[in-house]
Amino acid sequence: MRGGGFASLSRAMFLGFVRDRAAMIFSILLPVLFLVFFGSIYRNSSAPKINLIEVGQVELLRTARQADPALSKVLAISHARSQAVALADVRKGTDDAAVWQVGNHIVVRYSITDQTKAGLVNSVLGSIVQDANLAVSGKPPRFTLTASQVEDKSLKAIQYFTPGLLGWALASGAAFGAAITLVTWRQNKLLRRLRLAPVSTGAIVAARIGIAVAIGLIQLAVFLAIARLPYFGLQLTASWWMTIPMVACGILAFMSIGLLVGAIAKTQQAATSIVNLVILPMAFLGGAFIPLDFAPDWVRQASYAMPLRYLVTGMQNVMARGEGPAAALPAIGILLAFTLVVSLIAVRMFRWDDI
Amino acid sequence: MPATISVCDLRKSYGDLAAVDGVSFEVEQGEFFGILGPNGAGKTTTLEIVEGLRRPDSGTVTVLGLPAWPRNQALLPRIGVQLQASSFFERLTAREQIRTFASLYSVPAKNADDMLETVGLTDQAGLRTEKLSGGQAQRLSIACALVHDPELLFLDEPTGALDPQARRNLWDLLRHISRSGRTVVLTTHHMDEAESLCDRVAIMDHGKILKAGAPAALVRELDQPLRISVQSGLISGDQAARLGGSVTDDGVSLSIATSEPGQVLGGLASADALAGLRVEGATLEDVFLSLTGREYRA
Repeated sequence: MRGGGFASLSRAMFLGFVRDRAAMIFSILLPVLFLVFFGSIYRNSSAPKINLIEVGQVELLRTARQADPALSKVLAISHARSQAVALADVRKGTDDAAVWQVGNHIVVRYSITDQTKAGLVNSVLGSIVQDANLAVSGKPPRFTLTASQVEDKSLKAIQYFTPGLLGWALASGAAFGAAITLVTWRQNKLLRRLRLAPVSTGAIVAARIGIAVAIGLIQLAVFLAIARLPYFGLQLTASWWMTIPMVACGILAFMSIGLLVGAIAKTQQAATSIVNLVILPMAFLGGAFIPLDFAPDWVRQASYAMPLRYLVTGMQNVMARGEGPAAALPAIGILLAFTLVVSLIAVRMFRWDDI
Repeated sequence: MPATISVCDLRKSYGDLAAVDGVSFEVEQGEFFGILGPNGAGKTTTLEIVEGLRRPDSGTVTVLGLPAWPRNQALLPRIGVQLQASSFFERLTAREQIRTFASLYSVPAKNADDMLETVGLTDQAGLRTEKLSGGQAQRLSIACALVHDPELLFLDEPTGALDPQARRNLWDLLRHISRSGRTVVLTTHHMDEAESLCDRVAIMDHGKILKAGAPAALVRELDQPLRISVQSGLISGDQAARLGGSVTDDGVSLSIATSEPGQVLGGLASADALAGLRVEGATLEDVFLSLTGREYRA
């Protein structure tokens, strides 16, 4: 009898979800649009290219490019007839820097509106001049430098914000689903109606959790399918499968928030507003929208109080940073502890009806 | 044989408000029992306590020989409950809805489809419940309460927000359900509904049962004069008054209020003044008026 109740309740809840346009838009379509949008913008963010405008002939540039073909990956060179035209272009921002030669003197003029590129221009051209000086001296270099990033070469932007946006999608889907269902079922007395059917509360709760986790896994599958397209280029690392238990724990944590909101709110509108007030700031402070590595210090401090932080960083660790399966365990523990505490509060606040 | 429902000195307060204030009644097997009263009389609270949804502050309720509180797994399959016309899962069709309820009671889908036919919703089976009319939703809701063939059916204000035509259709369905031998308990604020459907009614006001009994018996007890009216102009006012009773004539109908209807009707017949004859007795509204001293307002 219990099994039958569980299966049919799950079916009813699942149909209710897939037929709910608003839920589909907010839990799947909108996050996927964000993913596609960010993915397209930051696709090549790891190697910004410098547009250099050359006035007359700069002999040094020509020899440097012949010596190191990789240089043309960083520098795109165009030509201008006069310094005035070149400087006007740099001021407008159509080019990043202008360069010309006066005797043995190389002059570079750049704009500081983009500080990253200004720095790049300085160091690239600086090293070209250094190398040329070294070559003229005829001595082999005594010191050499090998520089490379600590992360896997594949740690492009997509590796950060796939888990980030997915965490946000999971959080809002689970919290909204739980809150709206609870308020609606209390309002239309379905909660009480089910209480008078021979199904246990456990079967109802288990069905609701099962459906929420299933929806979370669908969100995960859709996200991975899109981010792994060659155009976006997400590289999954060895322990990515640990993302699956992480998704389940994240869903539990945010369902408990939804249950608490559903226990407090009297109307669907109130429930929607409260969930938005909780989830949206958390998405910014918890590293879902802004990678925590690039966030200001106070955001990083605040993020420790956000359950979303643990979901996002836990997923980043196992699916994008190449850490072992154990890297997800602290996050899983924190999410489960959070779930337990918030659920206990929600149960205390729970009401069967509005009286 | 013990009563199907036995309620003894039930009390339930919300703050200072005594929603149910010492209610006792019994319902026999197969009876169609109505709890009648204006909104806020305590009907729904009483019903929900009997269903086992609420815990009374004091008093006892036995349903089918078992205590209603705490929630009793053995009792649940034997009772059917309709709480509100919209107690449905969101975005399911009528057929999916009733099949879901059926499976909660381990009832095969076939029975669910048959029940849809019984309440006349086969044509709307593929329609989402949000798209059903008020009357259709109410019938589906009753079908969902009946799908596991319970011995006892509870209906809370089943015709509450329906138009007159839909109400009449629903009455036919409810009579059909009652004839199948089930015990039915309903709450209503429509006097005519209680009078038309119920074997016995309990009239409630301010958390108390004022009177209980068969509607006809309650009305008869009032011993109120009958109103006999015929078309105006068939008989003069003086003639009519001589038949016994007080006469009013508004130019359309001439009415005689009398406690001796035989004499009046005989007199009208011999004067050949029976065109447009209507005989109206007292109604439950008059019973309510005499019990509370105020007009009945739902």
